[in-house]
Amino acid sequence: MEAMLHITTLHYLVLGAALFLLGVIGVLTRRNVVIVLMSIELILNAVNLNLVAFSRYWQGMHGPGALHGQVFAIFVITDAAAEAAVGLGILIAFFRNKETVNVDEVNLLKW
Amino acid sequence: MNPPVATPFFFYLLAATMIIGGILVITRKNAIHSAMALITTLLAQAGLYLMLYSPFVAGVQIILYAGGIMVLFLFVIMLINLERTMKERQFNKQWLVGIAAAATLGGLFIAVYTTTTKGKELFPEGRMSYGETQNTQIIAGLLFDRHAGQYMFAFEIASLLLLVAIIGAVVMAKKKI
Repeated sequence: MEAMLHITTLHYLVLGAALFLLGVIGVLTRRNVVIVLMSIELILNAVNLNLVAFSRYWQGMHGPGALHGQVFAIFVITDAAAEAAVGLGILIAFFRNKETVNVDEVNLLKW
Repeated sequence: MNPPVATPFFFYLLAATMIIGGILVITRKNAIHSAMALITTLLAQAGLYLMLYSPFVAGVQIILYAGGIMVLFLFVIMLINLERTMKERQFNKQWLVGIAAAATLGGLFIAVYTTTTKGKELFPEGRMSYGETQNTQIIAGLLFDRHAGQYMFAFEIASLLLLVAIIGAVVMAKKKI
């Protein structure tokens, strides 16, 4: 009960791990490309949660100026934006050519 | 500074919202429902950022993620016709292997988080009480300051990455270049 009532860094890490796993399941099992991309966003968010939680932990050890984790989280968000733009562009080009959004129908390079 | 109020309650509320939202994202047939669930998850995560005393990241999360990236997703979902896909099989043939791989990864996470070295946990709690009033200034200092800014070069690289992404998206989505 004591462990439940005091929220520590580990609580955030466990939540991040759970979200990461949900994202991994989505990427590995879904057929719809849009939902696969959304699962990747879930994964990136799980990582961001870890980064911010560690930033708070690091702040406790190195003073209020140690916000490196948050800066990293902002960089990850930037990367997520770039990834979403390119991924959705590829998706539109793919849909125009094959009239489908299922990942397992993208098998031209498979032998 | 006032002590935080009812922290465990809000943590578990937001965590439950995020987990349920995440499950809905990967199980819904309709991609728009998935996007809505993902937006809920992202907003709950912004709440968790606030609980971690990082209001700037929380604002960026709401404006950029929930407001920018997810709107892009919704545009694309409505641009391509997904009526047919909703009647098809939603999971691929390797779903069992996929879930097994994810379960293995989960076991790895549990193994890491329950590891103790010399009787101590890997991630002990650092007790701290720094306010968030300086948060945005400190982040700006780390990003842009001429003397203390360690991430200025990384910031410039990030802007280059965004430029490449813009060009890439236009090239991909255009019919004829």
